Amino acid sequence: MSDSSNPRPSPPRSSSQREPEARRPWQRLIIAFESPGPRRALQATIVLLLIVMPWISSQYTTVILTNALLYVVLCLGLNIVVGYAGLLDLGYAAFFAVGAYTVGILTQQFGVNFWVAIPFALVAAAIAGIIIGGPTLRLRSDYLAIVTLGFGEIVRFTARNLEITGGASGLSHIPEPSLFGWRIDSAIDFYYVFVVLAILAYVASQRLFDSRLGRAWLYVRHDEDAAEAMGINRVRIKLAAYVIGAIFGAIGGIFFSVNLGAISPESFSFQQSVLILLAVVLGGMGKIPGVILGAFIVVLGPELLREFDTLRLLIFAVLLLAIMLFRPSGIWPEKRA
Amino acid sequence: MLLRLQQVALSFAGNTVLHDVDFGVEPGRIQSLIGPNGAGKTSMFNVITGFYRPQRGDITFDGERLVRQEPHRVTQMGIARTFQNVRLFREMSVLENVMAGQHCRSRAGALSAILRLPSQRAEEQRILETSLACLDFVGLLEHRDRLATNLAYGHQRRVEIARALATEPRLLLLDEPAAGLNSGEKQSLIGLIRRIRDERGVSVLLIEHDMSLVMNVSERISVLDHGRLIAEGAPQAVQNYPRVIEAYLGQDDEELTW
Amino acid sequence: MTWYDSLLQQLVDGLVLGAFYALVALGYTMVFGVIKLLNFAHGDLYMTGAFAGFGGLSLVSGVLGAGWLGIFVAMLLAMLAVGCLGVVIERVAYHPMLGAPRLSILITALAVSLVLQNAALSLTGGQYTAFRTDLGFGGLNLGNLFLSYNQIVLVATAGVLMIALELFVSRTAYGRAMRAVAIDKEMCRMLGINVSAVIAVTFFIGSGLAAAAGTMAGAYYGSIWYFMGFLIGLKAFTAAVIGGIGSITGAMLGGLILGLLESFGTHIPFIGSEWKDVFTFSILILVLVLKPTGLLGKSEVERM
Repeated sequence: MSDSSNPRPSPPRSSSQREPEARRPWQRLIIAFESPGPRRALQATIVLLLIVMPWISSQYTTVILTNALLYVVLCLGLNIVVGYAGLLDLGYAAFFAVGAYTVGILTQQFGVNFWVAIPFALVAAAIAGIIIGGPTLRLRSDYLAIVTLGFGEIVRFTARNLEITGGASGLSHIPEPSLFGWRIDSAIDFYYVFVVLAILAYVASQRLFDSRLGRAWLYVRHDEDAAEAMGINRVRIKLAAYVIGAIFGAIGGIFFSVNLGAISPESFSFQQSVLILLAVVLGGMGKIPGVILGAFIVVLGPELLREFDTLRLLIFAVLLLAIMLFRPSGIWPEKRA
Repeated sequence: MLLRLQQVALSFAGNTVLHDVDFGVEPGRIQSLIGPNGAGKTSMFNVITGFYRPQRGDITFDGERLVRQEPHRVTQMGIARTFQNVRLFREMSVLENVMAGQHCRSRAGALSAILRLPSQRAEEQRILETSLACLDFVGLLEHRDRLATNLAYGHQRRVEIARALATEPRLLLLDEPAAGLNSGEKQSLIGLIRRIRDERGVSVLLIEHDMSLVMNVSERISVLDHGRLIAEGAPQAVQNYPRVIEAYLGQDDEELTW
Repeated sequence: MTWYDSLLQQLVDGLVLGAFYALVALGYTMVFGVIKLLNFAHGDLYMTGAFAGFGGLSLVSGVLGAGWLGIFVAMLLAMLAVGCLGVVIERVAYHPMLGAPRLSILITALAVSLVLQNAALSLTGGQYTAFRTDLGFGGLNLGNLFLSYNQIVLVATAGVLMIALELFVSRTAYGRAMRAVAIDKEMCRMLGINVSAVIAVTFFIGSGLAAAAGTMAGAYYGSIWYFMGFLIGLKAFTAAVIGGIGSITGAMLGGLILGLLESFGTHIPFIGSEWKDVFTFSILILVLVLKPTGLLGKSEVERM
């Protein structure tokens, strides 16, 4: 038997919903916002809020929000792998690292223009995704989880041991990019860059979800054999999810490296991968608004939990366990009652 | 011959399931594969559709070699199937289920989906229209937005047929399409199978235990017993072969309803 | 030292490493056998076992001393405690998830791993804890080859545990039930085998073996910390895959092979010891690609 013959409620689809039986007010609210009119209004409000945020808050808040937006990009990318295609990736930070290091090395050591370096980073991430995913996606899904875990560690070890990656101390003085003469260097500049990236990631996720490929991910996740019988190449479809996820991760990494100006292997640890996964699971795998909310919680939560410093990760771990046991579909409400 | 199996042998862990089977389906035909439980009928479907790999033998479809192709390739080449125990994507809508069939007849990739290129939008429109037409063909258009799992069983079987038709096949394999249907539903299933062939030009091969349905709808019947093809011919002729009657003796009464 | 002696020395080092890997790999493979779950938390049970052994030793060292006897008793205590912990984890976290999609149960296992890891992090503040023993540095000098007593005792203990397990699985009713459950759970239920109990026993033994390895590793290397289970978890998994996941003999074999491969592999020119882990994961990926069933594993049931 293939492993996906035991379907669970799929993430709600965006268009044409059925059997709308809202019971609680907040569920009714969610449904209202799923219909096109109010949804547009909500989206516009959020974008507007994001634009004015730096003007009404402190520099510190702006930096934190920038980080949250970075996580939105990463989480939406991982959501394609975990939430849509149902593959567990425990080394997602590796792709984040591939993007960051490729750009870091090319710009800082070879003096390549930042924008020219981007395609190289994306191709590198895609190739890494194919190398890892290609052979393992044919196997049981739990093998993929452990191979990705190993891959994440390989990338980190490699970064720590090579000269070109700056060893354990990493790369610093990564030059800031400029765009048509606008030098992107202040915290607010980067904030806006990440606002744009997050919006693009959102739109891309949504459009993928509403496409032939997005449906194919769900088919394969629900029943691999039935999907194969429909002419869907399950290995290829999973690989597509994996590579697209890798590219999202690389994009996050690319801008992360120029934002900080310095990267080190420890930015791409297993903990990083786990945190991104936590955000996706917390928000509700496969549900785009939920995942975005999850990203914000994972970044903003620790700021609120500052006094519990060493307990912070434990709290997250317990939270993850509690969600899996009591609410595996995440905190974002189901559309169907 | 549209589909031809030559000397196909299949075994699992030393148990032979199919013994050097020779079998064929003519184009434009409605043909049935019958036989007692465990005769190897579903295994034969699985061999044809690439889910099982036979140890020996050759399978061709319209002149192309089929053996050792992955299931999705077989579907792309024009053979669609349903499953013995309905396997819909239960938590997805009926329409989304049928749209699955169109996957192999469309090609837009991730980039064109993200950019919403005109070609991708046109293709999505085509997928939608074809799927709606298939759903209409099996008479379930009004149920398109319901979850597949919420449909009556008979309707689920029809959705599975619509989904298979959406792959635009030349040959349709139905694995016990009448199982679990009431007599009214069986009657309309007979009509549907005939319309699939007559209106869409799709050849049909079905596995079925309900003999009245088999006798009613088939133009040719093949009998499989213990992995061997023991008889083949027109319904009336097959019905009277001594070996067929023998093979069915000892089966439970339900299956003796000739 | 000649190349020949250095080869022998690496063989000894590889055996010691392999003994740890094999003990941990056994738990992976046994749990995988009965509930088809990759227990990500298994490496952390090894870590927990090291801390439990440390606690046990400080409890008994007043009476028994911190020599082999004390460590042995501490190890038994750790095996008992962590074995019970393993059973509790199975009951609380995995049992309710057995019918859920594989993705959910995998994430749950990951969550359990993180809870154990971060609980240890919070308790120790992320610092290394010194595992003090009275074990000396004595040993046998066989020509140029040095075999420390610690190494000998360690490999012997691991060997005894593995033989005991092998006997348990092949000779006792529970062992037979365990193998039966691995093949067909439903059938076992119908035959009146208490499947839940078999699963619990499996978790107990698997976790206990990890704890034994953890205690011995703590005593052998002299320090323990919250993250020590992560790498060994990955490597023991690799060992289990090399041997063929689900196969008990395979896990022992895989552990030894991996230990030896690492010991020799890091002496190949251009593969320095800093690349040891990369080397191991590359082996894992190669095995999964070329022979996913491992050396002794059975192939997966046909699809459909």
